[in-house]
Amino acid sequence: MTTEITVNGQVHAVDLPPDVPLLWVLRDALGLTGTKYGCGVGACGACTVHLDGQAVRSCQIALADVGGPITTIEGIGTPEALAPIQQAWVTHQVAQCGYCQSGQIMQAASLLAETPDPDDAAIDAAMGGNLCRCGTYPRIRAAIHEAARLMKKA
Amino acid sequence: MANIGKIARRGFLIGSAAILGGVAFGVWQARRPLDNPLVAGPGGGVLTPYVLIDAAGVTIIAPRAEMGQGVHTTLAALVAEELDVDWHDIRVLHGPPAQAYYNGAIIHGALPFKEYALTEWQERAQDAIEVMPRLLGLQVTGGSTSVVDAYDKMRHAGAVAREALKAAAADRLGLAPGDLTTSGGVVSAPDGRTIAYADLASAAAARPLPAAVLRDPAEWRYLGTSMPRTDMVSKVTGTARFGIDTRLPGMRFATVRMSPRLGGGMVRFDARAARAMPGVERVMDLGDGIAVVATNTWTAIQAAEAVDVVWGDAPYPPDTDGIFARIAAALDAPPNSTLRDDGDVDAAFSGDLAGGGVIRAEYRVPFLAHATMEPMNATARLADGALEVWCGTQAPTLARDKAAAALGLAADAVTLHTTFLGGGFGRRAETDFTVLAARVAAAVPGVPVNVTWSREEDMRHDFYRPAAMARMRGRVAGGRAVAFDAAIAAPSVTRAAGRRMAGFAAPGPDRGHVEGAFDQPYAIPDYRVSGHLADVAVPVGFWRSVGNSFNGFFHESFIDELAHAAGRDPLDFRRDHVGAADAPSGAVLAAVAEMSGWGGPKPAGVGRGVAFTYSFGTPVAEVVEVLQEPRGIRIARVWVACDPGRALDPAIVRAQMLSGVMFGLSAAVMGAITFADGMVEQFNYPDQDALRMPDAPEVAVRILENNPRLGGVGEPGTPPAAPALANALYDLTGVRARELPLNRVFRFVG
Repeated sequence: MTTEITVNGQVHAVDLPPDVPLLWVLRDALGLTGTKYGCGVGACGACTVHLDGQAVRSCQIALADVGGPITTIEGIGTPEALAPIQQAWVTHQVAQCGYCQSGQIMQAASLLAETPDPDDAAIDAAMGGNLCRCGTYPRIRAAIHEAARLMKKA
Repeated sequence: MANIGKIARRGFLIGSAAILGGVAFGVWQARRPLDNPLVAGPGGGVLTPYVLIDAAGVTIIAPRAEMGQGVHTTLAALVAEELDVDWHDIRVLHGPPAQAYYNGAIIHGALPFKEYALTEWQERAQDAIEVMPRLLGLQVTGGSTSVVDAYDKMRHAGAVAREALKAAAADRLGLAPGDLTTSGGVVSAPDGRTIAYADLASAAAARPLPAAVLRDPAEWRYLGTSMPRTDMVSKVTGTARFGIDTRLPGMRFATVRMSPRLGGGMVRFDARAARAMPGVERVMDLGDGIAVVATNTWTAIQAAEAVDVVWGDAPYPPDTDGIFARIAAALDAPPNSTLRDDGDVDAAFSGDLAGGGVIRAEYRVPFLAHATMEPMNATARLADGALEVWCGTQAPTLARDKAAAALGLAADAVTLHTTFLGGGFGRRAETDFTVLAARVAAAVPGVPVNVTWSREEDMRHDFYRPAAMARMRGRVAGGRAVAFDAAIAAPSVTRAAGRRMAGFAAPGPDRGHVEGAFDQPYAIPDYRVSGHLADVAVPVGFWRSVGNSFNGFFHESFIDELAHAAGRDPLDFRRDHVGAADAPSGAVLAAVAEMSGWGGPKPAGVGRGVAFTYSFGTPVAEVVEVLQEPRGIRIARVWVACDPGRALDPAIVRAQMLSGVMFGLSAAVMGAITFADGMVEQFNYPDQDALRMPDAPEVAVRILENNPRLGGVGEPGTPPAAPALANALYDLTGVRARELPLNRVFRFVG
């Protein structure tokens, strides 16, 4: 059985059972490995992508329930053409091991889309579901403020 | 630190490794140049095992695992500083597993020395023992040793490569090498002619490598500066490849399910339901567990859960209380070590105690999981008698050898590719996940298999930071500690890891067991630390800062108790004892006092605590500030002062200190692995969480450079975090925490 989904503007026909979570569709069927598996229970945020522009945990959405276009980390910018939020992450040298950062960036991008100039409390509230074992939180916070400035300018 | 004795064309030899060689292993073996594992393509050249130059540019091999600590950036800077290449023109790779990439400094921690007080003969002994990792080809990332080990080696690699390129250019131009200069990847002649390194590489590699002198640090452009991390852009664009991201044509996805009673084995299983699931291709009997191969990872994990398995019994007491009873029993047995035994401790606690009463306390800490963000995984393919493996590993030569042995192959039949590591913290120094992938691949010859563990499998099949207990007693007089006696008990990481990795457990005093307690620079006249090894078969392993992580808590909490018993300010009390024994240690305490405004006015509802440890060659002092809020206690701020001797990349040093603090605080607040029915009771992050952004404190870091030796930075930030927090909670509440995690007693916000 194939299911059609749109990821980063491209339509894909996926030949996987309908109950397979979107996370594994992206990683194992489409080869989009920028979205990470951390816990599988929606508790760490490493698998965060955008569904219709909203941050969602891709491990918690079955293939059959993907009711809109998906954007992953690969869809917002590339090494040659960084999105402003990625540029802010580079400026603040946020990543350490880097494994959680795709999810952190997608969560932060969703926050900035709704709240263009968030204060620390808004950032904490939005980012609390994204775990980082390296403890990069202070730089993530600084990068979100920086991204807000860059996006306002643009 | 090792000096470069000689440089051979095909190998890069640390000369001092030969000192002990004649005694233990034969001079020839110890001096023999190591094979260079790199091979240049047409027109390219290999200059030392660290520098490969070809038409694509300059590639620097940074043969230590990049697991977030920034090691690729700093190791590359060591080479680039001498090689005169532009930072943005270099490519950095892990390189293959090879004896040439042994970590000499990894063995320093095996010697029972106090690092703050190394004598000349002890430094020579450290250099001499490097022959062991060299002979064993121990390419290991751990013990905060990467930069200590590479500091001379990799700068020399850059320098000799530069000189070889100049010599090749001199030949071509008919000039003397001394007339030429280098910068930005080109050699320049006085008349303005230039030749790019890429055009000289093959000629340079064909000549004997010349001698080279290292630059004076005053001339450095990269070292001492915060460099843009070489892995940053890939990690913010989702293009960095971790082991779990390995994708190959025809690849299958698999998972494993091993006995939750660790080491307990499997009695029988029924996989009928799993085999019937769509997408499941195969359920394998691994003997000690099962593996499922499927069209996607999720189906593999679901199917593995659907297998009905009867597991054997655990080889350790089935519950946490029973395990702690074993650890407590070890305290009553004779010690394995007494690596600190100053003065006459027995006399200090006997007879007339007119100088003051005896303060006694017992501490305990739980097992801890590593819980790296990237669950354990490896990808393997067996074809035509050759095994190819892709994984994030802190020990690539060991992983290669163990995978080869599991399949009955020679080590040279295994090709291993080291990927980025989504966290390591010591967990990826183990080889279990690599061996399991090799075993699964062996059952499906020709097919590459990505074997990814579920988070639950990862958390419940760790090599845990051991649970530990300490019985402390001390005396104070005249505002000082006059006697300090610590007995520490835990299962031995050193011995468990030795058995796993080398097949035997080194006898004698176990330094790692008591590190962070016996080797602290406190001037106390009657001062003893004894280590008792507990007989508990729960798998234990290296966990960021290892023994220092629990001994730092025991030692620094009890020092705080003594300070209060003496009626002293805890920070002044430490400075009096530590400054007398080691000036750089006194200086980090003075710095953290200044940073935190220690001793200044403190409003109600604010508590402050300090702790100090000397670990991995680096003294670190931390002050934690806690606030009583309506909903609970907030860990508001942390100040860190550290002295690694030289800050080769200040931003990376600060990031590592911050990271070490967060890791230590997470464990202190909520870290605990417990057992019931022989099984770990924590499955996933909801059961075993870590600090998140809203709970995380502000952290300020100051780097000092008074330490005469280069120290590590990856781990030393962790040990003071737990005691500094516990001491702050005492300041706030008057309740002394002698057991972790702290959330069993205190209510935190978040």
